[in-house]
Amino acid sequence: MNMFAAACAALFVAMLLILIRSFMGPTLYDRVLAVNAFGTLTVLLIGTMGFLTGRPDFLDIALLYALINFIGTIAALKFFRYRSLGKAAPKGAARQEDA
Amino acid sequence: MSPLFIDILLFTLLAMTALAIVRLRNLFAVTMLASIFSLLAAGLFVNLDAVDVAFTEAAVGGGISTVLMLCALTLTKRDEKRTGHTAWLALLLCAVTGAGLVYGTLDMPAFGSPDAPIHTHVAPDYIARAKAETGVPNIVTAVLASYRGYDTLGETTVIFAAGIAVLLLLGFKRSDKREGGEE
Repeated sequence: MNMFAAACAALFVAMLLILIRSFMGPTLYDRVLAVNAFGTLTVLLIGTMGFLTGRPDFLDIALLYALINFIGTIAALKFFRYRSLGKAAPKGAARQEDA
Repeated sequence: MSPLFIDILLFTLLAMTALAIVRLRNLFAVTMLASIFSLLAAGLFVNLDAVDVAFTEAAVGGGISTVLMLCALTLTKRDEKRTGHTAWLALLLCAVTGAGLVYGTLDMPAFGSPDAPIHTHVAPDYIARAKAETGVPNIVTAVLASYRGYDTLGETTVIFAAGIAVLLLLGFKRSDKREGGEE
């Protein structure tokens, strides 16, 4: 139990650090990375909290979060790529397909 | 289920994120922070045992609405325009509404209390009668689709209308044909 509590505390510290990075992050890439890492930390936190409170059934929710986080990151990266290519309409259409 | 300090920590992080969202002018950064906000909220909901709400929050807030915001960002500028006025009236309104909501919670039964009305007669009643009255083996489905049928129909209509409105607002010209097919 103590082990999971320690892991939880460490995850909170990491979350705080990533939040600070995403607040200050000079470039946009810092923020994309911060969101991605934060999603991973949320997944880990939910998993750890499940074990901390004796209900590891929440692991599959954590898995769902991992999938959603992936979609979000892909969308953000596509945004970078197609925005630099130019006009609005084809970009929107291209992005809508993966939405 | 949770130790209280986890809730407090998560709420602190949520408040920090919200303040940062208000302060930042870069719209892309705001979109990313909104995604973080949803993930935090979803974690908080899991912590409060509202797993279904957390599912929805993560899927809608963290996933789809990030994508939609990014779509909207392609149609607008990168930075928020500075407005001259400060929104004291709006702040006051928010504070009053928030205070009213907090005041409203004072009458509620304690969190997870077994004496809450829903546990003393609503839930046992559903459990006793749902099978006989509706013939649906799953009680949750019976409540959603039968007892609250009109409510669910209304919700679905609202979400459908909102989806159509967003599609119209974003105006994807090239995929008009395909959208017509989906509808």
